[in-house]
Amino acid sequence: MRINMTHLRQLEAESIHIIREVAAEFENPVMLYSIGKDSSVMLRLALKAFYPAKPPFPLMHIDTTWKFKEMIEFRDRMAREHGFDLLIYTNQDGVDQGITPFTHGSALYTDVMKTEGLKQALNKYRFDAAFGGARRDEEKSRAKERIYSFRSETHRWDPKNQRPELWNIYNARVKPGESIRTFPLSNWTELDIWQYIYLENIPIVPLYYSKVRPVVERDGMLILMDDGRIKLAPGEEVQMKSVRFRTLGCYPLTGAVESDAATLPEIIQEMLLTRTSERQGRLIDHDQAGSMEKKKQEGYF
Amino acid sequence: MAHQSDLIAEDITAYLKAQEEKSMLRFITCGSVDDGKSTLIGRLLWDSKLVFEDHLAALEVDSKKVGTQGDDIDYALLLDGLQAEREQGITIDVAYRFFSTEKRKFIVADTPGHEQYTRNMVTGASTADLAVILIDARKGVLTQTRRHSYLVSLVGIRKVLVAINKMDLVDYSAGTFAGIEQDYRAFAAQLGFEEITCIPISALRGDNIINPSGQTDWYQGPTLMTCLETVQVDNAALGLPFRMPVQWVNRPDLDFRGFCGTIASGRVAPGDTVTVAGSGQQSRVARIVTMDGDLEEAVAGQAITLILEDEIDISRGDMLCDPLNRPAHADQLEARVVWMQDDALLPGRSYLLKTGATTVPVQITDLKYKVNVNTLEQMAGKTLALNEIGVCNLSLGKAVSFDPYQENRGTGNFILIDRMTNATVGAGMIDFALRRATNIHWQALDVDKGSRASMKNQKPAVLWFTGLSGAGKSTIANLVEKKLHSLGKHTYLLDGDNVRHGLNRDLGFTDADRVENIRRVAEAARLFVDAGMVVLVSFISPFRSERSMAREMLEEEEFYEVYVNTPLEVCEARDPKGLYKKARAGQLQNFTGIDSAYEAPENPEITVNTAESQPDELAEEIVRTILGDDFVYEIPDGTER
Repeated sequence: MRINMTHLRQLEAESIHIIREVAAEFENPVMLYSIGKDSSVMLRLALKAFYPAKPPFPLMHIDTTWKFKEMIEFRDRMAREHGFDLLIYTNQDGVDQGITPFTHGSALYTDVMKTEGLKQALNKYRFDAAFGGARRDEEKSRAKERIYSFRSETHRWDPKNQRPELWNIYNARVKPGESIRTFPLSNWTELDIWQYIYLENIPIVPLYYSKVRPVVERDGMLILMDDGRIKLAPGEEVQMKSVRFRTLGCYPLTGAVESDAATLPEIIQEMLLTRTSERQGRLIDHDQAGSMEKKKQEGYF
Repeated sequence: MAHQSDLIAEDITAYLKAQEEKSMLRFITCGSVDDGKSTLIGRLLWDSKLVFEDHLAALEVDSKKVGTQGDDIDYALLLDGLQAEREQGITIDVAYRFFSTEKRKFIVADTPGHEQYTRNMVTGASTADLAVILIDARKGVLTQTRRHSYLVSLVGIRKVLVAINKMDLVDYSAGTFAGIEQDYRAFAAQLGFEEITCIPISALRGDNIINPSGQTDWYQGPTLMTCLETVQVDNAALGLPFRMPVQWVNRPDLDFRGFCGTIASGRVAPGDTVTVAGSGQQSRVARIVTMDGDLEEAVAGQAITLILEDEIDISRGDMLCDPLNRPAHADQLEARVVWMQDDALLPGRSYLLKTGATTVPVQITDLKYKVNVNTLEQMAGKTLALNEIGVCNLSLGKAVSFDPYQENRGTGNFILIDRMTNATVGAGMIDFALRRATNIHWQALDVDKGSRASMKNQKPAVLWFTGLSGAGKSTIANLVEKKLHSLGKHTYLLDGDNVRHGLNRDLGFTDADRVENIRRVAEAARLFVDAGMVVLVSFISPFRSERSMAREMLEEEEFYEVYVNTPLEVCEARDPKGLYKKARAGQLQNFTGIDSAYEAPENPEITVNTAESQPDELAEEIVRTILGDDFVYEIPDGTER
């Protein structure tokens, strides 16, 4: 028996503690499942926390209708294999209004289909706690985020009105309508996530692995020709390139990177040797300085 | 992020294998902006090659725009997260940073050194194993150095790394360094640190951060990074007796009953006898279950599921422990409390205390003294303001299991929660159980409340009249009492003004005194109820939390909150005692409704409106409501009512 736990086992235990605490203290928690690598780790930790029982809360996916096809396939396969309750929610108003990332720009589209969609879903099911897979190392404004992030009745995040968190004691008290977003992966870094996926052999969406795929170069990003809804502008052409994705989201907003990394060790190797952060491939963060902070105040995860 | 190991490029699988054995260190950095703290952390991230090119590009732009280093890179800008703070040039909260080397993963709690220091530092330090304290070599040991060191020791950190920064500005003088080190060690002797390491550095120039500096040949000790990488982080909780607060009882089916929790200290193995700290019941560990297979042993820090051999009563909030070395289990204790909220701590007010997996009501019964964080002197005080620290006696609604914080950081801590706003308002570290709690047990009496009440043919209760001064509380309460009396009920009326002439004559009208005023009255009312009486309490009682405290002292259905709802204008127009006039003229301070708040009840059992009905009708209505509530079993002639 090792005397000192390794850093991954310490992170794992901390996350399990948080997940159990949320399940014990909230009336109606939900785990937001975004299908990405962080969600895959969070799901594994939830399974561990309640083994041999199933996690005592449903998973929920906010489907913007623009996710990569392979993500949806992977989501449905995971739900089948683990037998968890999966709720899928789409902002139908946004669909009816014809809001798409191509026609309305990333900012408005994200606001309507992701942020609004999430708020609607939380209101509909009256969840008082929602697990998210966000990490503090992702982005500067996340560094000060609490593990239990308090949200008002209108789902707003007020950076000046967050509760201090000491030791491993979390304050779960909310009034009707208020809620907590809870981040069990707060203290994990991107490298920790990959090492854990490797160590635990956790399945992830195949898009993370390199493969020759049809892409088009647009605004300096490589966009996958995932379905027929992406139309080529004059001068654009489809190229077959060996690419993979460092993060997954809506395919028109998520840039691929050229890579030959086709196995987990190769992915980790590439990440360790690379010089750009994972969020760089996300259009959403580039709109303006401090943009993530603004989105969070409005209720984005 | 370009880690330096050649293994990454050459043999990634071997590299990953080595990474699995990495340990983790959590530390806090203490110092003000002027000490170069942000620069130091920025430098650690930078030098461990954790700054990505896109971050770097943004940093270069920012450095030119708002940086303080001319055309050079301002490392501090890597850290300031929130836009508002960046514009003001200050960091106002705890931020967590991450970096790793070949040997360790580091989590840095970065806290500012200005006004909110105590709250933020205590928060950041609560999860840290080590503190890095920055000292400006030009200034030496300052008041803030003492303050930071005291707070770090208060929270139980035993290892301190003193980074004497800006050595480049004192010509790398060995004498200056030695002088500061001597001063620091002399001061810190009273704080009980196990290990103090002093290092001469320049965060800006990179001296002794990663590599030994060529400027300090006289210094033979480790660099900052070497020290961080090699300081022993043995699992200190491992040598302590076994403790596991039960978080969750796992019952997927009738055959499986597992107790889930994180081991706070010690170790446990199948076959070990464990005791429930509160009830004293014992059993033996049958299995330690995890999804990755049963364990032969589990240690402090692991999140596990225990199966016991016997079916004993255990639920969330119980603590499993070593039968030969049990924690204290008490409802009276002394603790150090750090106050974290703008509204001051009020002794007597009811808060919630959360420790382990238990949440219980709590009152601070006595603020013994406050500690001046700058001088460590003890000071008298009636309340604790934001960022103040006090040694307090606490009285809990229910006994909890704990160890003194000095002995066990994992089981001696708690947070305090405001019952109305739900905010986390304080943090506490338990010193010990008070003797009166462990040695004074409730005396079981043969004649009890039920027997006293049945002799009087009544159900004891409290009618708690609340409302503004001049609302008509006493008038109505008086009428209600007369009516009850005529029905043969045994009553007693506690009137606000009258009680202030006797029981509460030592109290004034500050918030703290108002809380204590109500606490005493509620206790008195409870004694009368225990005697089988119907008690009428007529008090302004402006705060919801005190009224709910009174409610909680009684059984359900014994407490009737009567809201005498009279608008302020009406009360002021009546002004039976001329008090509103005085308050408006500024001759009377803290007058409810004028310069002190009245918090109206949210769900009173009874609301009466004196602007619409006559007092006699209202009193009749109250009596009828209570009678309808099965308040009176029978009237004196014995006929059923």
